[in-house]
Amino acid sequence: MPGTPRTRRHAREVAVIAFAQSDHLRRTDELSEVEMVMPVLHQVLAQTGLKAGEIGFTCSGSSDYLAGRAFSFTMTLDGVGAWPPISESHVEMDGAWALYEAWVKIQTGEADTALVYSYGKSSPGSVRDVLTRQLDPYYLAPLWPDAVALAALQAQALIDAGETDEAGLAAIGARSRAAASANPHAQLTGAVPQGDYQVAPLRTGDCPPVGDGAAAVILAAGDVARRLCGRPAWITGIDHRIEAHSLGLRDLTDSPSTRIAAEHAGVFEGPVDTAELHAPFSSQEVVLRKALGLGEGVSVNLSGGALAANPMMAAGLIRIGEAAARIHRGESDRAVAHATSGPCLQQNLVAVLEGDRA
Amino acid sequence: MTAASPPEILRAPLVVEFPFTRSLGPVQSAFLTGLREGVVLGVTTADGKVMVPPVEYDPVTAEEIRDLVEVGTTGTVTTWAWNGSPRRNQPLATPFAWVLVRLDGADTAILHALDAPGPEAVSTGMRVRVRWAGERTGAITDIACFEPAEEGDPVARATPHGGEFADAVTGIVAEARLDYTYSPGRAQTAYIAGLSEQKTIGERCPSCHKVYVPPRGACPTCGVATTDQVEVGPAGTVTTYCIVNIKAAHTANLGIEVPYVYAHIALDGAGLALHGRIGGIPYDQVRMGLRVEPVWTEGGRYPDHYRPTGEPDADYDVYKELI
Repeated sequence: MPGTPRTRRHAREVAVIAFAQSDHLRRTDELSEVEMVMPVLHQVLAQTGLKAGEIGFTCSGSSDYLAGRAFSFTMTLDGVGAWPPISESHVEMDGAWALYEAWVKIQTGEADTALVYSYGKSSPGSVRDVLTRQLDPYYLAPLWPDAVALAALQAQALIDAGETDEAGLAAIGARSRAAASANPHAQLTGAVPQGDYQVAPLRTGDCPPVGDGAAAVILAAGDVARRLCGRPAWITGIDHRIEAHSLGLRDLTDSPSTRIAAEHAGVFEGPVDTAELHAPFSSQEVVLRKALGLGEGVSVNLSGGALAANPMMAAGLIRIGEAAARIHRGESDRAVAHATSGPCLQQNLVAVLEGDRA
Repeated sequence: MTAASPPEILRAPLVVEFPFTRSLGPVQSAFLTGLREGVVLGVTTADGKVMVPPVEYDPVTAEEIRDLVEVGTTGTVTTWAWNGSPRRNQPLATPFAWVLVRLDGADTAILHALDAPGPEAVSTGMRVRVRWAGERTGAITDIACFEPAEEGDPVARATPHGGEFADAVTGIVAEARLDYTYSPGRAQTAYIAGLSEQKTIGERCPSCHKVYVPPRGACPTCGVATTDQVEVGPAGTVTTYCIVNIKAAHTANLGIEVPYVYAHIALDGAGLALHGRIGGIPYDQVRMGLRVEPVWTEGGRYPDHYRPTGEPDADYDVYKELI
């Protein structure tokens, strides 16, 4: 592209060209998963004018453990229009990893467009208990340490290291929910009481809301992206890394996997103006800011982030979508989007999104 | 038919239980057997780090590691979190601290619970020791919890250990139970509510006009919501069938004699067939095109089976698209 400073890192140019998400709600008993997902799919397709049958590849992210049903993602495929047969895949993870698979599919030349969606209904179960089942079954799962407890261990380690304190954590939660006032989809907005300790040192305000929600993005390559989107959000770099599962092996005050993923995605090759960080707990934003080297000039989680809405399996994809949407609207030129999975930021995906500059 | 008002959303408890049987391998077997015997084992990596709990592969080099060492049962808290409201299945029923503990002789920390009177009694760096469970089976829960150490508790070093025990534990049963409140959503709620009145409610796709039964709320061909409710049946046509010769194992079906016929049945007005048992006719007289109707039993929540209506068979052309 003439006049653009973007560096060409991959075989093909791939961009996020559309993003849609549901309103994130504490409960959606009246909706089955496909009933919750389908309006979001229609919205994201409508943004591009594409029909479901014109999409080259479809990839989704979800988890059966949330709803307590086996192969639950097959039902939501009805909302895509999977007949006649389509090219489709699924990850039992956050949709950000489904997006990574779709990005690879486009890089291979097997598709020019991709629909990526993800969703989670946490309301049928107790998500704190459900998430213990993702832990190592020999040493951890029999103790049922829930996600809040594990995040609290990380928060205390940060406080002991002098990297934050309880007031600093509270400020992150307050800033996130204040920012979310401008986000009509967010679950928690405005002044939310910091509340009592859930697992000390984390209070209610340091923890994400539990809720149901869905998100979808459309990816497109090169000229297809230019044709369908006024200002495509080019994915100029994307990478994901994992570190040891065992918390006792890790320095919980740091996130080397995020830093390495960021290096490989090219985050540090230029300034970023926007960051969408998947930090379900306030303390995790402290870790991620350090790993990504974000300075004061970077707008972090203007959407409100996961502290304002954390639909499981969709919150990471939403970070990519929110960053892309800012580029679509001309509010950002170079953004970093981050998604996480597993206890205490075990797995991290980092993407750099850039818009063409005049 | 269009419902006058949507039925109340249905909810029901749903329990998922899964006892996975897991094998341990040499390192985890030695560690968990050691716990049963009151001994804590770790492994030594090539660069001399002692990992407790032990792993089978070096997380940095991915090299297999098998050199076991015994470490102390006293150690130091490296981080902690106060759990004021213990949840079901957690190690202690009274408020406790989650802790990462680096046992004496180890270079890494183990996660467990610390029994302490309150958060003011817990701090990073405090000395704690293992409290063993009364009955030990070879599981991480053989450590009941940690408790504050006392003056004079020894500071141990890592010492080589063969990892050999009589009657080694080679597997665990990882039991889990998760409780849900299941709600089937709008479309399936309408279907189930219809069944309570012995009606079968499908939904029509506004785009291709196919009537789905049971409805799931979406047309998989068009990818749009199916919103128009349509009562189908009660009679239908057998589109295909099979003869079952194996007696049901499930107690609810023990009264069904073999052989019997299980069929796909296209209810009148439905765009696809659902399945059900055919009764009231010898199994070897069931045929494609047979006209059937549902038979409800007292208090039944769905048709028990379908029986012949006595009508002439349906013409093949009428149902061939539904096979």
